[in-house]
Amino acid sequence: MKRENTIKENINFRPLDLKKKMRPGESIIQTLLFISGVLSIFITVAIVYELGKEALLFFNNPDVTLAKFLGTTRWQPGIGLFGIWPLVTSTLITSTIAMFVSLPLGLAAALFLSEYASPKARSVLKPILEILAGIPTVVYGYFALLFMTPLLQKIFGEGVEVYNMGSAGIVMGIMILPLISSMSEDALSAVPRALREGAYAMGATKFETSLQVVLPAALSGIGAALIIGISRAVGETMIVAIAAGAGPNFTFNPFQAAETMTGHIARISGGDLSYNTIDYTSLFAIALMLFLVTLILNLVSQVIINKFRQRYE
Amino acid sequence: MNPNHDHFPEGESYRQSLSGRYRTASIWQSLFFSALVIAILSLAALLYNIMDGAFGYVAFEYKNDPAQFSTKPLDDLNKQELLAILKANLSSGAYKKLDNEKPMEKRSKADLYTLTLERLIQIDIKQTWSMTDSILHSAEIKIEVAGKYPEAKLEFRSWLTPVFLTTPMSSKAEFAGVRTAILGSLWMVGIAILFALPIGTGAAIYLQEYASKNLINRVIQTNINNLAGVPSIVYGMLGLAIFVRAFEPFTSGSMFGVTDSNGRTILSAGLTMGTLVLPLIIINAQEAIKAVPDSLRQAAFGVGATRWQTVWHHVLPNALPGILTGSILAVSRAIGETAPLIVVGASTFISIDPDGPFSKFTALPIQIYQWTTRAQSEFHSIAASAIIVLLILLLTLNASAVLLRNRVQRKY
Repeated sequence: MKRENTIKENINFRPLDLKKKMRPGESIIQTLLFISGVLSIFITVAIVYELGKEALLFFNNPDVTLAKFLGTTRWQPGIGLFGIWPLVTSTLITSTIAMFVSLPLGLAAALFLSEYASPKARSVLKPILEILAGIPTVVYGYFALLFMTPLLQKIFGEGVEVYNMGSAGIVMGIMILPLISSMSEDALSAVPRALREGAYAMGATKFETSLQVVLPAALSGIGAALIIGISRAVGETMIVAIAAGAGPNFTFNPFQAAETMTGHIARISGGDLSYNTIDYTSLFAIALMLFLVTLILNLVSQVIINKFRQRYE
Repeated sequence: MNPNHDHFPEGESYRQSLSGRYRTASIWQSLFFSALVIAILSLAALLYNIMDGAFGYVAFEYKNDPAQFSTKPLDDLNKQELLAILKANLSSGAYKKLDNEKPMEKRSKADLYTLTLERLIQIDIKQTWSMTDSILHSAEIKIEVAGKYPEAKLEFRSWLTPVFLTTPMSSKAEFAGVRTAILGSLWMVGIAILFALPIGTGAAIYLQEYASKNLINRVIQTNINNLAGVPSIVYGMLGLAIFVRAFEPFTSGSMFGVTDSNGRTILSAGLTMGTLVLPLIIINAQEAIKAVPDSLRQAAFGVGATRWQTVWHHVLPNALPGILTGSILAVSRAIGETAPLIVVGASTFISIDPDGPFSKFTALPIQIYQWTTRAQSEFHSIAASAIIVLLILLLTLNASAVLLRNRVQRKY
């Protein structure tokens, strides 16, 4: 009894205040942090607003009609030619070639790394892919122009022009390969082990398991990788600016030179471009198209990934 | 194995099909592996292609005979003699201009030697060969040169030299260097990180430590993920419209009394690049903060710390290595990016060191792009040398990121 009393006397209890205290410093900091978070939204808004504003100026120009924009095949805004198709087709061709290179190779690499490779082999092979992923695209451009193009010329002969969509597309495929393989590998390793064990128990070989059980189960994740890959290929600039050619050209021959949307922006804006000209606003129209296409592709792939995650967690 | 089989093979027929199945399996396994082999070969081809360009024979002629300037061979001259030759043979206007750029007396001997070669003797490059050709067909090349250019000298040259790193741009490939480009890249990356690191870390702290799961925070998160996938050239267009054009009084420095520039400055480039790497920094910082265990926060709250005290004293110090690793990766992304810089208006020919945020700029990848697109092969050689410089820079950065991650990584 006596001991309890001394404790009570010695400790001077403060009356407990359950009201939330005002802490001005804390709220200022929290506001600053919130502003930094919201700034990213401002960036998106600024992109849409600035690109949209200039693109609107372009489409409001009395010379630019929808019929000309979508109905003709020559693009030279400076002299009143507004057919967007040559830029679109060359973007599609280079991206398609890139995907034909990177999807099979990336998927095969991912299957090997996730299903076959020993941990030791993985630790050697994965960094090599990471190095490929870390090389700046301007270096890939050098590689396309001074290695891939001469190689194609050796194989296919004179028909291959010095600047051509084929070599740019192939090298772009090599650039995207690590992205496809690492995203596919994530999807493959997310497939629960039980599915594989089940297949083995039924007597399936490793190959049959990976192709008929694991691959279908990871298909949506691989689809997401494919879509991100396409978005990367459409937005890639330096490889096509260096190796695919300077000058819009409406052609479907991959061995000919043709400028892509991104390559066109890079070339025209590289000179001293004066504001408020049709050349200037037309670049923003192209950039807005690029932004919207890649935004939609990225959103679709995110939706796919989120759905896929929910299935196995 | 065909999944549409009505009956699975049994007994003898099963055993017979087995070896076939194993064969298919091993063929496909090697096909899968060959994809990796192709990736490795591509990497090897790329690196080889660059080395091939950076070294090799070069045939050149002197436009003016060195003997008309000095009786001794040039290599044996000392600094004072070189200076005398330059003074005697350059026009007084040209000499004054050089003297204004940097006093001639204070220049190094190597610098004066290069000047003598560049301004007086003048080298005329006739032809260059790749490293492979130079090694494999050395004899043929010598005969060819002797036949085609009897006056020319043939020399095995490494285009990547210490001088290449320390000399500014030049319109002649053999005297060009990457000094201004490296400095430009450093300035630009410095501004980008100063801009993006505090904001990015702040955004990550807000999203991980403060944000509740309401609509606006979900929108912020989705938006950041999408920004990370926007093509870099679109950021370039944003930078052109906002930083170069709309903010011109600020980015050109005319607000601060700088008169001789427009909006196409290092500051614009740095801010554009900062915007580009911001989503990357946020995502990496979020991962780092996520990895800090909750028990630390609860312990801090338990002893009465406020939310900010918890973040500042406990969460941030533990997440710091991860945040730094993320920003090193962001730096290496920014150093290699080319397209936005072209759009924002990098100058192609800068021979004076950038002296502040309001100067015109060039950057390493811009130089590589410029030189690669030139027709003459000697420019491809210096492009290859600049690529080697860039790759070594990136390798150092990434290696330090990995080291940092491994060294300070804590396991909870």
